[in-house]
Amino acid sequence: MRESGKVTVPTVELRFTALPAHVRTARLVATAVARRCGLGEAVLDEVRLAVGEACSRAVHLHRRYCPERPVLVTLVDDDSTFRVAVADEAPALDEPEGDLGDLAAVADLDGEAVPPGVSLAVISGLVDDISVEPGRDGGVVVRMSWSTSG
Amino acid sequence: MDLSLSTRSEGDRTVVEVGGEIDVYTAPRLREQLVDLVADGKYHLIVDMERVDFLDSTGLGVLVGGLKRVRAHDGSLRLVCTQERILKIFRITGLTKVFPIHSSIDEAVGAAE
Repeated sequence: MRESGKVTVPTVELRFTALPAHVRTARLVATAVARRCGLGEAVLDEVRLAVGEACSRAVHLHRRYCPERPVLVTLVDDDSTFRVAVADEAPALDEPEGDLGDLAAVADLDGEAVPPGVSLAVISGLVDDISVEPGRDGGVVVRMSWSTSG
Repeated sequence: MDLSLSTRSEGDRTVVEVGGEIDVYTAPRLREQLVDLVADGKYHLIVDMERVDFLDSTGLGVLVGGLKRVRAHDGSLRLVCTQERILKIFRITGLTKVFPIHSSIDEAVGAAE
């Protein structure tokens, strides 16, 4: 990660109100930064989907538990890696990922969204380097990275 | 790109042509379309996804909801999709085992129920 003194400097930081419309903005910004980092088109599709899933998950949880709080997306281009962190502030929940083959069983007929755990499982299926860590302000930080060294 | 939706009849099937992005923002419109069709007695649906640019798990949830609704009436929901980047998310989620996925409208229309 690029450092300025002892302070980590994000390449781009995006803080948005937890509204579904802004998830698209976050996808567009993340994809644009990833493209500038030199990632290829096939990988850009992964970035677009993974960032979209992470942001959808965060928006879903914020709208339920803390709609006044923003979602934070941090994009960092270091020498050989493109890093994305999506931080939410929703109360920590058990998010059983389960078997995605069971999505047909768990998707809510009348609900607005599939369970948040499904988003994490989709990201796990897309991205080799993913971690989910407790956040500083409650909630979790979903961290993903892609190598830019080819 | 925003979501575009149009419907037409092919014999006893109803084709829903979807274009653009199906995500957390637009998925409710697709859900509404599928709910309206089932309410109108259209129980055999074909969702043409050839012009879909983006699909996330929210969109998958809507399609699964549509499948549950038509199955409640002994109906069917078939997908038409040949785009690798869209097919990939069906594979990741295991939904290729849930949805019949066809390479053309003709193939989907011709599939026996």
